[in-house]
Amino acid sequence: MSDTAEKVKKIVVEHLGVEEAKVTEDASFIDDLGADSLDTVELVMAFEEAFGVEIPDDAAEKITTVKEAIAYIDSQKAA
Amino acid sequence: MFANGAAPRRVVVTGMGMVCPLGLGVEHVWKRLIAGESGISAIQSFDTKDLPARIAGQVPSGTRETGGLDLAEWIPVKDQKKMDRFIQLAIVAATEAVEDSGWRPEDEEGRCATGVMIGSGIGGLQTIYEASLTVASGRAKRLSPFFIPSALINLASGHVSIKYGFKGPNHSAVTACATGVHALGDAARLIALGDADVMVAGGAEAAISELGMAGFCASRALSTGYNDTPQQASRPWDEGRDGFVMGEGAGVMVLEELEHAKRRGAKIYGEVVGYGMSGDAHHITAPSDTGDGAFRSMRAALKSAGVAPAEVQYVNAHGTSTPLGDDLELGAVERLWGGDAGKLAMSSTKSAIGHLLGAAGAVEGIFSVLAIRDAVAPPTLNLENPSRESAIDRVAKQAQPRRIEVALSNSFGFGGTNASIVFRGAP
Repeated sequence: MSDTAEKVKKIVVEHLGVEEAKVTEDASFIDDLGADSLDTVELVMAFEEAFGVEIPDDAAEKITTVKEAIAYIDSQKAA
Repeated sequence: MFANGAAPRRVVVTGMGMVCPLGLGVEHVWKRLIAGESGISAIQSFDTKDLPARIAGQVPSGTRETGGLDLAEWIPVKDQKKMDRFIQLAIVAATEAVEDSGWRPEDEEGRCATGVMIGSGIGGLQTIYEASLTVASGRAKRLSPFFIPSALINLASGHVSIKYGFKGPNHSAVTACATGVHALGDAARLIALGDADVMVAGGAEAAISELGMAGFCASRALSTGYNDTPQQASRPWDEGRDGFVMGEGAGVMVLEELEHAKRRGAKIYGEVVGYGMSGDAHHITAPSDTGDGAFRSMRAALKSAGVAPAEVQYVNAHGTSTPLGDDLELGAVERLWGGDAGKLAMSSTKSAIGHLLGAAGAVEGIFSVLAIRDAVAPPTLNLENPSRESAIDRVAKQAQPRRIEVALSNSFGFGGTNASIVFRGAP
């Protein structure tokens, strides 16, 4: 697991109060992990804070799974 | 609006829940109150060195079994951050009350006939304070999406309705320190007029924060002379009183239409028989100098109950321990009761728990119902030397066994708002 993936999963576990085992890469924040729309807003803010990246609203809307979060963050870090 | 010709329906109390400075759980708190214990102590949660008032009535931690608060027992950790402490306390008290009532509607009709009316005087003050710091430090974009719903007063009612699926009237009273009585009284009216069959009603407050304490210090309302002897600070009617002691907590009742309660075989604690309100039209923080607002509020409540003053044996006073307010209320009660004042017991339970602001009226309403049930008047702690004599027995220092058929509870708030509610034992 990449550093990003590990950190993303940890943030998801903390913010959504779910078991680590449920936070697979394919897991959807809303459908699988019980998040609502405000939870996802907060989650994206936590990613921004933890990784020092900026995630604009139009990009944030497309981040619905753990995998998509990891991919977006990695793309920003590489840029 | 009210032209359907239906007569007002009777309203009874079928569930009660409470968390306050004397602990968590109605029976646990009541036992301690009657034993003359105090819930006032030095503030531990933040540094008070810059404040003239450094004590408060704080909810003790512990477990439900031991009568203390462990939030994890009541609210999932991930949800706790979505709500200010006043909402958390409201959920705790509402959960106890709903469980106590045994009312869990199983069909849509029952859910739609069950509403919630939990108010607060101030709401999410600490949440607003913290959010302000975030914005002031140039981090407006970092504000939590839960900031607004965490701070809004009616979200206490919102959360409780969501938790239980109660789809009836969803409302909140916001009348400073009169909130609790207004919530109970207005909720009872909704049932009486047919808007709901069951209402989960009460008040919650959590203003023991730097901003809350500094604010009430600035308005010169708090006791400052007893920082080293906190349990002596709240002393209603005593000549040594010097202001109120801030308290936190929540009180919630399940109010229910009498026949509805009987049909399901509910335990009935007592009946809400009267409710009255008035405005001072005098000053933003000071009570009217004749006690006229309090007088008219109590008179209206007794009138709606169809009860004469002589039929009331106990008054739970607003009695905040302020130099001005206590004697004005006393004078208003003396005037209304007239020659029957000598038969009346009146105490201020704020002497033991402090002033719970928007939760006060709900918590004290519960005490009034229990005073009738157990035939005992709770004490006014620290009443050593009354600032003036009165024919009314103010139940100094020790609880008194008394036959109590009808009890009246007062709450008055900033803005010159007054509310009184009258209870009778189970019909």
